Amino acid sequence: MTTPAHAFHLAQLNVATLLHPFDDPRIAPFVELLDPVNSAADETPGFVWRLVGEGEADATGLRPAGEDVIVNLSVWETQEALWDFAYRSGHLEVMRRRREWFERHVEAHMVLWWVPAGHLPTVDEALERLSDLRAHGPSPRAFTFASSYTAAEAAPPHMAPPDVALRAKPADEAEAAAV
Amino acid sequence: MIAVLQDPVRRRLYEYVAAQGREVGRNEAAEAAGVARTLAAHHLDRLAEAGLLESGSRRLTGRSGPGAGRPAKVYTRARVERSVSLPARDYRTAAELLAEAAEEVGLDAGLCAAARRRGESLRGAAAPCGGLEEAAELLASRGYEPHLEGDGEGEGGQERVLRMRNCPFHAVAERFPPLVCGMNLALLEGLLGVDGPVRARMDARPGECCVVVEASKDNER
Repeated sequence: MTTPAHAFHLAQLNVATLLHPFDDPRIAPFVELLDPVNSAADETPGFVWRLVGEGEADATGLRPAGEDVIVNLSVWETQEALWDFAYRSGHLEVMRRRREWFERHVEAHMVLWWVPAGHLPTVDEALERLSDLRAHGPSPRAFTFASSYTAAEAAPPHMAPPDVALRAKPADEAEAAAV
Repeated sequence: MIAVLQDPVRRRLYEYVAAQGREVGRNEAAEAAGVARTLAAHHLDRLAEAGLLESGSRRLTGRSGPGAGRPAKVYTRARVERSVSLPARDYRTAAELLAEAAEEVGLDAGLCAAARRRGESLRGAAAPCGGLEEAAELLASRGYEPHLEGDGEGEGGQERVLRMRNCPFHAVAERFPPLVCGMNLALLEGLLGVDGPVRARMDARPGECCVVVEASKDNER
């Protein structure tokens, strides 16, 4: 984390099921917060990239996970940068009011994973990570803030420092290679 | 831990350093506590040994290289959380488990309603908080570390607001930020009142409480 150039970046996917249609007045307060909060994200130190629809300012028009499910896919230099943005910026106000606009998810609705710096994840790739988290629980392949892994722990064995490679279980290696 | 803070001079020194939210040198702390520098140094080092303060060294003159003088010893409040209960109790585990369950079931609204009621009952029959100075006293008594920010100039300058250096619910807030920060805001809304001269608003920043207290703007009410 102290190296100036990060070999790995943290990717983040969030899915949220709307309680009402996107243009419903009850969703309007959320829609009003989109531009200021997204602009704040773009200017946050450590922000790398976020998914937007073709010619759009955000990704709310894309519905890859269902007609009433909006997605949020982004990449950050470090986990700390993402955490500070998510919970220590104007974004916290959106999070605080989430129950006014979104259904409570029984399954995991947010997933984190490491990508090589420069790689921008596709929506399919992101949804696969979410499925992985839902099916197998947190692992170096797909995790959460509460159960996070370092990039070294997530790196394929041949790229990881020797001590990490030694600690990796054979089963994990096989699965990591398959991803 | 408790014994370390029993000495009134030591306690004044601790409270002064903690309230500054930055590194404090021995001279400054001695002056603030009204004691000699050597006595202050002794107590500051005892506080650092007990883990209540963190110490480091810094050249306070801003000069560097030969002739800049010996670096001065500076102190800040330790970031780690201390809690003491006699006899032993474990409310933190209870709080974490309750928060986890509330998060899973989505009890945000119910929790905020309870927090607002608690804030209101703490205020009792008193009128809504009358100003930022009064709010600062009230918050300090509730375990926050308030400080005023801004010069009050409005146009061009920065408006005066009250911020808190710490979060009394830090350990659970870190694990369930939207839930616990929402609870904190509701508690402060109840405590300060929502229709008086000041209002609490969420304005999170790294390393501080998520809430800012500011003068109410009539056009926004």
